[in-house]
Order: sequence, then C-alpha cells, then structure tokens
Amino acid sequence: MDKSEKLALGLSGLLLVIFFGAIMYAAVAKDIDVPTCITDMDPFTTDTLFQTAPDTYELQMVARMWAFQPSTVRLPVGSTVDLYVTSQDIIHGFKIEQHNVNLMAVPGAINYIRVRFDRPGEYMFACHEFCGAAHHTMAGRFIIEEGLDEPETEEEI
Amino acid sequence: MNTDLFRFTKSAKNLNAVLIIIPMVLLFIGVYGGLMQTLFRAGIIQSDPFVGGDYYKGLTFHGVLNAIVFTTFFAVAFGNALVPYALKKNLNSKIAWISGILMLVGSVLAAVVILMGEATVLYTFYPPLKAHPLFYIGLVLLVVGSWIAFYNWVPMYLEWRKENEGKKTPLSVVGIFTTFIIWFIATLAVAVEILFMLLPWSLGLVDEINVMLARTLFWFFGHPLVYFWLLPAYVMYYVFMPKMAGGKLYSDMAGRLVFMMFILFSIPVGTHHQYMDPAIGAQWKLLHGIFTFAVALPSLITAFTLAASLEHAGRNQGGKGLFGWMWKLPYFKKENWFFPYLILGLVIFIFGGIGGIINASYQMNTVVHNTAWVPGHFHLTVAGPVMLAFLGGSLYLVGQFMNKEIRLKSWAMISPYVYTIGLFIMSYGLKIGGLKGMPRRTNTGASYANPDSILYQADWMPYIDMTVIGGVLMFIGIVIYITSFFTTVFSKSRSDDEHAMVTFPISESLHDEPATWLRNFKPYVIIAIILIILSYTPVIYDVIQATYGGSVPYSPDSPVPLR
Repeated sequence: MDKSEKLALGLSGLLLVIFFGAIMYAAVAKDIDVPTCITDMDPFTTDTLFQTAPDTYELQMVARMWAFQPSTVRLPVGSTVDLYVTSQDIIHGFKIEQHNVNLMAVPGAINYIRVRFDRPGEYMFACHEFCGAAHHTMAGRFIIEEGLDEPETEEEI
Repeated sequence: MNTDLFRFTKSAKNLNAVLIIIPMVLLFIGVYGGLMQTLFRAGIIQSDPFVGGDYYKGLTFHGVLNAIVFTTFFAVAFGNALVPYALKKNLNSKIAWISGILMLVGSVLAAVVILMGEATVLYTFYPPLKAHPLFYIGLVLLVVGSWIAFYNWVPMYLEWRKENEGKKTPLSVVGIFTTFIIWFIATLAVAVEILFMLLPWSLGLVDEINVMLARTLFWFFGHPLVYFWLLPAYVMYYVFMPKMAGGKLYSDMAGRLVFMMFILFSIPVGTHHQYMDPAIGAQWKLLHGIFTFAVALPSLITAFTLAASLEHAGRNQGGKGLFGWMWKLPYFKKENWFFPYLILGLVIFIFGGIGGIINASYQMNTVVHNTAWVPGHFHLTVAGPVMLAFLGGSLYLVGQFMNKEIRLKSWAMISPYVYTIGLFIMSYGLKIGGLKGMPRRTNTGASYANPDSILYQADWMPYIDMTVIGGVLMFIGIVIYITSFFTTVFSKSRSDDEHAMVTFPISESLHDEPATWLRNFKPYVIIAIILIILSYTPVIYDVIQATYGGSVPYSPDSPVPLR
C-alpha cells in the first residue's frame, strides 16, 4: 500500500467517524432519535386524543385503507404530542411535513414518537407506503392554532 | 496460445446469449413502465395506454423486471462468462442450462402474473398485501436458478486453486465469488420468508402472517441485494476500465480488500431500511447504521483507486498538470464505446454514494424515509452505475458470445450520455420533491398533482415536471441503446476462428502486492456470519416479542380482507 493510498484510507475513515459523531451529537445533545421498540402499550383499534399534562397530549392514531383516523387534528400552539400509530389492515406510512416525524404503521405493532408543535399552521401528513388502489388519497393534517381551548379531531378532511 | 482468448463450448455460448437477450426484452418492458410512471405521477395519463392497468401495476413490473430480473440474469451471465474465461476452464453447460431454464421459467411466471394484475404488490411484496402464489413461485425459481449457477462455478474454482497453488485468484473471479457469496447468504432470508411464510399463507394453508417478521426478513435480503447489483459493476470498474482507459489498475490489493470488506459488512445492515419501523429497538437500528458506515468504506477506497487508475491512464497519454489527465480519457471514441458506460456510472455514483450515506445516517433518515427522495437516490445507484455497466456489459457479452461485430457503435456510445442527463434531471426532481414531503410509490397525478383535488400541492409541481423531462430523456437513451443492441443481435455473425474465441479487456496492475491475507474467502465469510448473528439476533427477538396478532391477506383493491 503506497503513501497516497494510506492517506486516502485514513481520510475516508476520518470522514465516516465525523459523520458518526454528528449522528451521536444529534441523538444525545439534541434528543432527535428514531422510533424504538414499544412493549408497554396495549393494542388499540380506535383513535383517541386526551390530555396527559399541561400542553401535553396523547394521540392514538389508526391507519387503514385508505384513511387516517383521525384525519384532522386541531391543537393549540406549543403542544407536545405523544403519538402512537398502528394499522388495522396493511402497512401504511405516516410523515408530518416540516417536523421530525416519520413512522411506519404496521399491523400487529405500535409505533411511537414524541413531537412538539411550536408554530401555528397546517401540517399535512400523507401515507407514504403503497397500500392499495387509493393509496394516493390517504392523507390528513394537523392544524395548529393560537388560543385554541379544546383540542379536537375529525374523521374527514 | 494467446491467453487473452478462450474457447467456450457452443452450448455455453448459446446459453449466455439467451441469458442476455431474453432479460433485455423484459428490461425494455420495465423501462417502458418507468416512462409511464413519470407520466402518471404528473397526471398526464390516468391509465396505461398499452399494457392497461393503473400506476401501481406498472410500478410493480418496473421494479421486479428491472431491479430483480434483469440484474440477476446479468450477474449470472457475467459469471458464466468471466469465471471460465479467467480460470481457463470449461463450464459444465448441462448444469448451467438447468440454472438458466429455472431462471427463465421463474421470471416469465412472475412477469405474466404481474401483467395480468394478479400481483400488484411492488417489488418489496410486503404482506399482508397478497400476490398470486405463482408470483412467489416465480421468484423462488429465479433465485434457485441463480444459486445453481454459482454452485457450478465452485468446483472450477477449487480445481484451479489446487492446480495453481501460491497464485493469486484472478481479481475478476474474486469479485464474482464475492457477489454470489453475498447473494447466497442474503437470499436465504428471503427464501425463508417466501417458502415458510408468504407462499403457504398465499395458498391458504396458513391463515395469518407476522408482518413485521416478514418485513425484517425481506430487508435482511434487501440491502445486500444492492451490493449484488453493484458488485458486478465494480468488477468491470476494477478489471476492465483501467485497460479501456489505456492504463493499469492502480492497486490490485485495494480491489481484493474492497471485495472482502463487502463480504464482511454487506449483510448486517438491513435494519437501516427500518429506522422508522416499530418493534425494533433504536440501539439495534444504530448498530446496523454503524455497520452501514463500515460498508461505505470500501466504496470510498474504490473511488480513490479508480480515480488513481484513470489518472495513471490519462498521464500515460500525455495529460499534464493536476487535472489535465482528465481530458485524455476516451469519452467519445466510437471504437471504445464501452468506456462511457463505466465512466458515466462512476460520475453518477458520486451522488448515489452521498445520498446513500445520508439515508443511512440514523435520525436524518426521518427527513427522507419513503419520500420521493428514496427513488431519487436509488436511481442514482441501481439505475445509474449498475444499469449502465450492465447495459455496456450486455452489449459486449452478446458481441462475444454470438461472434458479432457491434453495430451502430456511435449509437451505443452516445446512449449513456443521453441517459445520464435524463437521470440527473429526474433524480433531482424526485429528491427535492421528496425533501418537500412528496411520498414515494404514490400516484401523485390522481391527487397531489391534480389541481382539482383538495390534496393538490402546488409547490411539488416543478419537481414532478422535472421527473417527466428526465424520464423521457432516459427512455430515449434506452431506445438508442436497444436499437444498437438488437441490430447487433440480428446482424451477420463473423465466421473466422479468432472471433469464435472470447476475449475480455483484463487490466494489469500497477502495484501488485502479494496480499496473502486477502487470498482466502473462508475467514471473511466466518466473520460475516458472526456479525450477522450479533446484529440480527436482537432485532428478530424484538420483532417477535413486541408484535401481536397475525395478519390475514388483503387485495390492493379492497379494504375488506380476502379471508
């Protein structure tokens, strides 16, 4: 192995170590993580939204062919949501635009992530895993509003 | 005797020609499907004008025929060509024909049920969407056929080693064996998924299936699959390209090291496709992420070694200065039509590789997972360097095995340029659209890209339009190629004895070190198996203990289960 090869190998290794360091920094210092394995949650088949603490809500969402239940969720600005997602039929996908939320909804398993809505606005979520003939119509939205007293959910867009 | 030439048996030559020509027809159907998808996604068509059916049927045959059928056939034909050539040993053509026929029957079965609309499950065939049992049987036959091809080469290799003690195995053979060792281990998981889960469930012998387990087994196979695609292209880069460029391979040892590293790290990485899945612990996802970074290393070494080889070639031809050598390479030489297929693939792979590292980067995957970014990315890998190398390789092989002079060489030479320009435009549109939230595998034309729909997303439209422009250019590139390919196939054969022999452009090495520690596959395969067990035991454990209930089958057409 000549000098330039050793240098290239060393720099390549260093580059990957830096990338890995960035991942660990995001995970540890910024608390941005991927969904993990959830075992302390009972299976659910209907959707629910309830408050668990000031500004904190738990939302249980069910994906099915071809709609999310609920499909519209209204929440006050500054809400933190513990989001649980499952599917009642086949595999679906769930991603909220402009937020670090991207979950697979798989039958027989519950997926979980925590998300905070700091800015008012409408944030779409679209099913991103092929789920049959009308997959492209399966979508919903979070509506984040100032001064909303009562969070609410709707089944239709 | 000239060692650059090798005489194949007539039967082996015919077989290899068949293994190239039939998949080329299937590839063209798949490419047509790809063109239709860009039109569907932009809302230009609502139904396929020739094959019929909707976007998702087209997406299924596009994925299965291009990414699974064409690639597997090419890898087998390439091995059937290079292993006997490099070892100077004849293929057992009876076994090779059995393998070829199984693969052909399997592919045609799968293609027919897909085109009949009985298997609209996309190329990942995730349950509980159910395909016709013949779809799964077809895939099994294709895979088993490719295994038999590999088993056919093993005794040739062992015999060669016995006769050539102390000699280094030719790099091309190391590369092909690496490809098929990875393929064999990876396909074991998908064989378990199909034979013990999907097939009995689809036949109605069992009622329910564990979806997460099937999905995890699929991705055990799904990521090494990309190295199965990539490695034959690597063989062409390392073994053919330096010579075509007028130089030598910079380092033989680097090539051997790269292939062994692929054996180690190609497989314990599959969970990086499941970062966003439930029922798998985040720490195990991170472990697979670390191994994915490890498997990026051989590609970075390859980038250096190949660039150094090309620089050596360019300087040989009078290139001066830091970058002057770049302009001495044979980019537009008709007689050297194969070179553009390889060099353009390498340029594309710079972007494909960067995208791959982004996808593998754990929580950064949140931004891109299952968005249009992902097809944007993998068209820069499997439909970039892999596709171009396989197209160039197919034309070269067909010329060799059918004793043909390549026809329309300037068409063959220009095709990869047209294709590459189209590919960059299409992938840019998909990637930026994906960052804006556009989902993959979605017929956007019927909703998000339809101004009359309440779901209409105006800010995605420029990027969807780019995919149409890029897709049309890619299609034109392929039509140019196919014209040259079939004109060659149907041209008159050369009958002289020299052209009845087969030859390949095998590069010499500039630095040829003994590299005794890289000469034996065994220790690397053993370490790979240990890494696989370490990385997959906790994943499978999590999946089994965190999932509940089983899933009955569904058709893509109805929310009501089939049973």
